[in-house]
Amino acid sequence: MSQPVMVASTLQAPTVPDSRWIYLDNVRQKKGPFTDEESFDASGEAVSAMEKMKLLVIGAGGLGCEILKDLALSGFKDIHVIDMDTIDVSNLNRQFLFRQSDVGKSKAEVAARFVEKRVKGVSITPHNCKIQDKDDEFYMQFNIVICGLDSIEARRWINSTLVDLVDNENPESLKPLIDGGTEGFKGQSRVIFPTMTSCIECQLDMHAPRAAVPLCTLATIPRQPEHCIEWAHIMAWEQEKPFPKLDNDDPEHITWLYKKALARAQEFNISGVTYSLTQGVVKNIIPAIASTNAIIAASCCNEAFKIATSTNPSLGFEENYMMYSGNDSIYTYTFKHEKKDDCPVCGNIARNMEIDPNFTLEEFIESLAARPEAQLKKPSIRSEQKTIYMQSPESLELKTRPNLVKKMGELVEDGEEIGVSDPSLGSVNFKYRLRFSKPFKSH
Amino acid sequence: MLKIWSMQQDANADAAAGTKKKKVTAAQLRIQKDLSELALPSTMKTDFPDPDDTLNFTLTIEPDEGMYKGGRFHFTFAIPQSFPHEAPKVKCTQKIYHPNIDLDGNVCLNILREDWKPVLNLQAVIIGLQFLFLEPNASDPLNKEAAEDLRSNREGFKRNVRSAMGGGSVKHQTFERVLKT
Repeated sequence: MSQPVMVASTLQAPTVPDSRWIYLDNVRQKKGPFTDEESFDASGEAVSAMEKMKLLVIGAGGLGCEILKDLALSGFKDIHVIDMDTIDVSNLNRQFLFRQSDVGKSKAEVAARFVEKRVKGVSITPHNCKIQDKDDEFYMQFNIVICGLDSIEARRWINSTLVDLVDNENPESLKPLIDGGTEGFKGQSRVIFPTMTSCIECQLDMHAPRAAVPLCTLATIPRQPEHCIEWAHIMAWEQEKPFPKLDNDDPEHITWLYKKALARAQEFNISGVTYSLTQGVVKNIIPAIASTNAIIAASCCNEAFKIATSTNPSLGFEENYMMYSGNDSIYTYTFKHEKKDDCPVCGNIARNMEIDPNFTLEEFIESLAARPEAQLKKPSIRSEQKTIYMQSPESLELKTRPNLVKKMGELVEDGEEIGVSDPSLGSVNFKYRLRFSKPFKSH
Repeated sequence: MLKIWSMQQDANADAAAGTKKKKVTAAQLRIQKDLSELALPSTMKTDFPDPDDTLNFTLTIEPDEGMYKGGRFHFTFAIPQSFPHEAPKVKCTQKIYHPNIDLDGNVCLNILREDWKPVLNLQAVIIGLQFLFLEPNASDPLNKEAAEDLRSNREGFKRNVRSAMGGGSVKHQTFERVLKT
């Protein structure tokens, strides 16, 4: 324990008087040329309102460390951070809130403690778990959510969660989502107002997927060292199963893949298979650059600050996407990514429909044909749990046909969502949230 | 804090207040559409072990022409939640002798991997599978030996197919009997 004590003592904030906030207060309390006159409030109340805001930072890694530091120094006082990871020795070159003695500890907890210690008056609450472990109620408490994530899956999850949270009757349910991302010398920051502006799912094509190699090439004619590694990863592992489950972080597993790939490379006269390349291909690693993280995190926190204070126009309704490239000198471009009407997350939100639960399914289907916006002749219907009726294929039609004479109240609950598709709709599908207009009499 | 809310109101948005209900997923809705639009010839049938789970089902192909005529081939389909951004996962459940299907049942069909696009649908995948039985492709092999047989000696390959389909062995590999009768 000698080291952390030493580190902590050298890091103890010296006597920083309130002058630390002088420049911040200049921005918060004086109008600038771009300040929106209507919503800007220069009185002290605006400052205290900002200090009461609760922010959620998702990810306490390369971007997350920068974001936490920037938010704390921007005058936010109530910050939560969520990360499921523990600190690895390879993080220490850029995740500057962590020290060698922290290796193995929770990223969220160490980062929270460090920033609290350096910036007096800020409260940071760590959550050492997956974002998926938290429920809607948890996300409902925040005013702004900022992501510093490295996975598309996690982004898509939080995006759809925040879209689903929006309730038109409750303005508080709209949580601006600020998303930062970096890859080597490139990065982006973007601002999303869920259901109102283009969401992460609308923008999914902005992430170029890794070029897939045909399975046949892997199996028969590898040309590159990566092909040999992918072969070991996808095919050899599946066939031989040297360990029950592949763990990308287990050196023994990576060594096994490396040896397999190397043998195959020699067979095909391919050079370049190394241990670190194996690790890189299997874990899909792209080098992380500390300065890229710093730039993108700064941009994200600027947006949070502007949204919270109205001192300057933020990204959002007009331009909503800032891309940055440091590959060849420095380049940024900011543009508006349009919302997609057919976005599977924000483009197809369930409409309410009142039904009589004592109607049979058959009667309900007939009523769909009469609805002006639907006019469906051959609808197929399901709820999240149940396949309610399928027009085809035959095997499913036969199995769901008995439902036709059942009452709607037996098939769905009050308030349940159904999805309706029909060949005549082309690529369009309908979602309805069914509300019972009368009580359901089961017999 | 913000005046965002007053700036725009999404007329279409859901007004359900606070209720947390299960939602139909995009993959469920899309597969429902693909299934209801399937137009399968009499040589192919789908089966749903759990009709409520339309993301997992089997397909049976009984080719009525070509080298695999008289066989009955079973495939499992597992539709990921990321469908249609990702392709269905398709596997042959039998051990068969085919240049584009390996002994574990993995299928080499371009639209199931590198050429998958969200605009493709289930019909395209199923027609692609059927095509593999009508025209096995030696230039794109997953079972190298079978491909080599097909390329070098088409008649020998045909005999191997017949023998393998009957549950016989080809080059020390015993195959599963897949004949209808």
